[in-house]
Amino acid sequence: MTVLEFSVLVCASSLIAGLVGALTGLGGGVVLVPLLTLLFKVDIRYAIGASLVSVIATSSGAAAAYVREGFSNIRIGMFLEIATTVGALLGASLAAHVSTHAIAIVFGVVLLFSAYFSRKPRPPAQRGVPPDPLATRLHLNGSFPDVEGVRTYNVQHVPVGWSLMFGAGALSGLLGIGSGAMKVLAMDQAMKIPFKVSTTTSNFMIGVTAAASAGIYLHRGYIDPGLAMPVMLGVLAGSLIGAKILIKANTRWLRLGFSLVIVLLGIEMLYNGLSGNI
Amino acid sequence: MESLLGILLRVGVLFAALVVLIGGIIYLIRHGHAPVDFRAFRGEPADLRSIHGVLRDVRAMHGRGIIQLGLLFLIATPVARVAFSIFGFAAERDRMYVLFTVIVFCVLLYSLLGSA
Repeated sequence: MTVLEFSVLVCASSLIAGLVGALTGLGGGVVLVPLLTLLFKVDIRYAIGASLVSVIATSSGAAAAYVREGFSNIRIGMFLEIATTVGALLGASLAAHVSTHAIAIVFGVVLLFSAYFSRKPRPPAQRGVPPDPLATRLHLNGSFPDVEGVRTYNVQHVPVGWSLMFGAGALSGLLGIGSGAMKVLAMDQAMKIPFKVSTTTSNFMIGVTAAASAGIYLHRGYIDPGLAMPVMLGVLAGSLIGAKILIKANTRWLRLGFSLVIVLLGIEMLYNGLSGNI
Repeated sequence: MESLLGILLRVGVLFAALVVLIGGIIYLIRHGHAPVDFRAFRGEPADLRSIHGVLRDVRAMHGRGIIQLGLLFLIATPVARVAFSIFGFAAERDRMYVLFTVIVFCVLLYSLLGSA
C-alpha cells in the first residue's frame, strides 16, 4: 500500500468512527486503536499516539457547545482534573515499561467493560440528597437548566469519585483513549451528579487529560505525523458532522450495533494480546 | 468568560486542524507514492520529538514537521484553556480554585516541556 492509499483509507475509517462515536455518545476514540492495529496492522504504540491527539480534537471541539449551554460544572471539572492529569502521567509512564501484549489485553478488557456499561440501564437519579460537607467546602455543588427550570444538585462521595478519576486518567494515558465512560461512571454513579452535567463535564475534561499524556508520548516518539494526520482529520470531521445531525437521528439501533462492534473488537484485542500477536 | 473559553477551544482546534491539513498535503504530494509501513515500531526521529526540532523542520518546509506543529497546537489548546481559567478564578477571588488550576497547569507543562 502506498502512503496516499493508506492515508485515504485511514481517514475514511476514522471519519466513520468519529461520526458513530458522536451519534451514539460512546465516543469514537475507543475503537480507533483496535481499528488501526487489527485492520491496518499498525504497531499499537503508533496507534495509541494517533488516537490520543484525535481525542483532544473531538473533546475540545465538542466542549465549546456544552459550555455555552450551562451544563458543565467548571469547578467539578477542574478539581477532578488534578486526579485525571496525574493519573494520565502515571499511565503514559507505565506504557513505556509494559509489553504491547499486556496493553492489548488491558485494552480488550476496557472495551468489554465500556460495551457493558453502555447497555446497562441507569438507576433512576436520586434527587434531594443532603449536601456533603467536603463537597460544600470545595464549592462543588451547582445548578443547571432543566425542563422545569433551574435545578440545583449536591455532590456526594468526593474521595471515591476522585479515586475513580485517577484510574480513568491512568487508563487514558496507558491506552490513548478519552475514557469518557469511566469518567461519567465516577460522576454520575459515585458522586451523584446529574447525568447531563456528568457527560458534558466529562467531555470538557477529556481534552485536558489527553493533553497531559500527549506531551510524554510526543517526546518518546510515539506520535507519527504520517499516521496522526489522517486519523485526527477524519475523527474531527466525523464528530463535527455527527454533532450536526444528532438531533434528527434515531440512535437506538446504532447504539446497539456500535456496542456489538466494541464487544467484537474487545474479544479480538484480548485474543491477539494473549496469543502474542500484538 | 466561559463562552469565551468555549470559542477559544473551538478556534484552537480548527486552527490546529488547518495546519495539519496543510502539512498533510505537502507530505502526500512529496511522499504519496512511497510504500507505507507502520507494522514495526521504530520511534520517531529526534527532530519530531521536541518543540525545537519540529520548528526546525517547519522552517525547512517538511510536510511531516508541519503536521507535527499542528499537533503541538492541538495539544496546546486545552493547556491554554486551563491557563485562562486561572485568571477566571482569580477574577472571582476564588483562591482555592486558583491553586487547583495552577496544579493542573503545572502537570500539563511538565508533560509538554519537562518530560523530554
